[in-house]
Amino acid sequence: MLDLGVIVTNFKFLVVQGLLGLGGFAGGTLRLAIPAIVLGFLLGIFVGIARLARTRWISLPATIYVEFFRGVPLVMVIFWIWFVVPQLLRLPIPEYGVALTAFVIFEAAYFGEIVRAGIQSVPRGQVEAATAVGLTGAQTLRHVVLPQAIRNMVPALVTQMIVLFKDTSLASIIGYVDLTKAAQIVNNREIRPFELYLFIALVYWACAYSMSRFARRFETRPQGA
Amino acid sequence: MGYQFDWSILWSGQSGGWLLQGLLTTLGISALAWLLAAVLGILSGALRTVPWKPLRAAATLYVEFFRNVPLLVWMFFWYFGVPPLLPAGARRWLFDHHPEFWAGMVALGVYHGARMSEVIRSGIQSIPKTQFEAAVAMGLTTFQAYRLIIVPIALRLIVPPVTSESLNLLKNSSVALTISVAELTFQTRQIETYTAKAIEALTAGTVIYLALCVGIASIMARVERRFAIPGLIARGG
Repeated sequence: MLDLGVIVTNFKFLVVQGLLGLGGFAGGTLRLAIPAIVLGFLLGIFVGIARLARTRWISLPATIYVEFFRGVPLVMVIFWIWFVVPQLLRLPIPEYGVALTAFVIFEAAYFGEIVRAGIQSVPRGQVEAATAVGLTGAQTLRHVVLPQAIRNMVPALVTQMIVLFKDTSLASIIGYVDLTKAAQIVNNREIRPFELYLFIALVYWACAYSMSRFARRFETRPQGA
Repeated sequence: MGYQFDWSILWSGQSGGWLLQGLLTTLGISALAWLLAAVLGILSGALRTVPWKPLRAAATLYVEFFRNVPLLVWMFFWYFGVPPLLPAGARRWLFDHHPEFWAGMVALGVYHGARMSEVIRSGIQSIPKTQFEAAVAMGLTTFQAYRLIIVPIALRLIVPPVTSESLNLLKNSSVALTISVAELTFQTRQIETYTAKAIEALTAGTVIYLALCVGIASIMARVERRFAIPGLIARGG
């Protein structure tokens, strides 16, 4: 009953275009996921630090930002960007831009929480020692707090990256040709939903699982504090 | 900016009814999926701590496979992939009873069951081993020790993480719009389609989700305080 031929004949389209986004196509899960992870994490660092700021007019907006985006579904955020931004700017934005913007803004809230927890896990004495040897606030953050905080964050960070990687499948809703959309396209022609969706499930699983395996290497270090 | 706001579209015409229907569908599918997720999560979470390897392996396989694949793929899988394999009678019943709702519910429940399992497992593992040893020393069997000691304690320890996971489930129910379950996000888009007023429609949907999440979170914070085991958990959120 299982027809694996459908996978074999469409393997190139599914994996090369859908997953990797190579060739002359505008699409690809990884082509969206990798920049989204990098930019989302960078924005998340700012959000996380801002939440811990002593000045209220910095910490309050950051808190509202985090609480807002953690209380709203990602699909909703994608629709906001998709419908509203082109209307406001009066110019069409390609699906890639819409999806990337939505992921970065949305995931930065989650990354921000991880960064905050990571920073708070660094013992206070470290900051005091850094101040005592004459580092400024920014130097303390950059040379003392962040390097340790990032190490403590690794497990949660990797989990969130895997979540984001899986979430990129939602870009297919607005027509971006990622792995999920590629499977839909093939299925419309071949009508083999069981085989196709199970196959891409395995592909997603292999990527996500190897990410978590890869990350486990970095976690085996002496547990400090 | 040339956008003309018209908030009245939210209460004139059918919009109000659509939003209400969407809200009820979201709550319905989330509640059923939550029950399924809870059963699967408790079962597999507990099985993963049991001292018999085949059971542990089966539970681990379920958890690792289902939570590492996007929910959207599971939606398509359960909606398009599985029904053709069902026996004819079940298929006929399904097609008369909103197949998209049941497929979405199963997708959501099975996916979140795997995630719930991780939450529950870490809850169980955070219980001191001495509790189990004391239970066995008093003459309880392994099963009794789990049923009477470990699970009741774990259930309380895991209230905060389970709450946030439950809210994830509620928010993730929006993915069911891809298989045309008429839940809240779907209805929000429908209003946008009919009125071409994107900002108003999306604002309505967003506010409802926010209210749900904030409301449930604050109720659960109370529950957490009420059922806290004195002296066992001293932590907030």
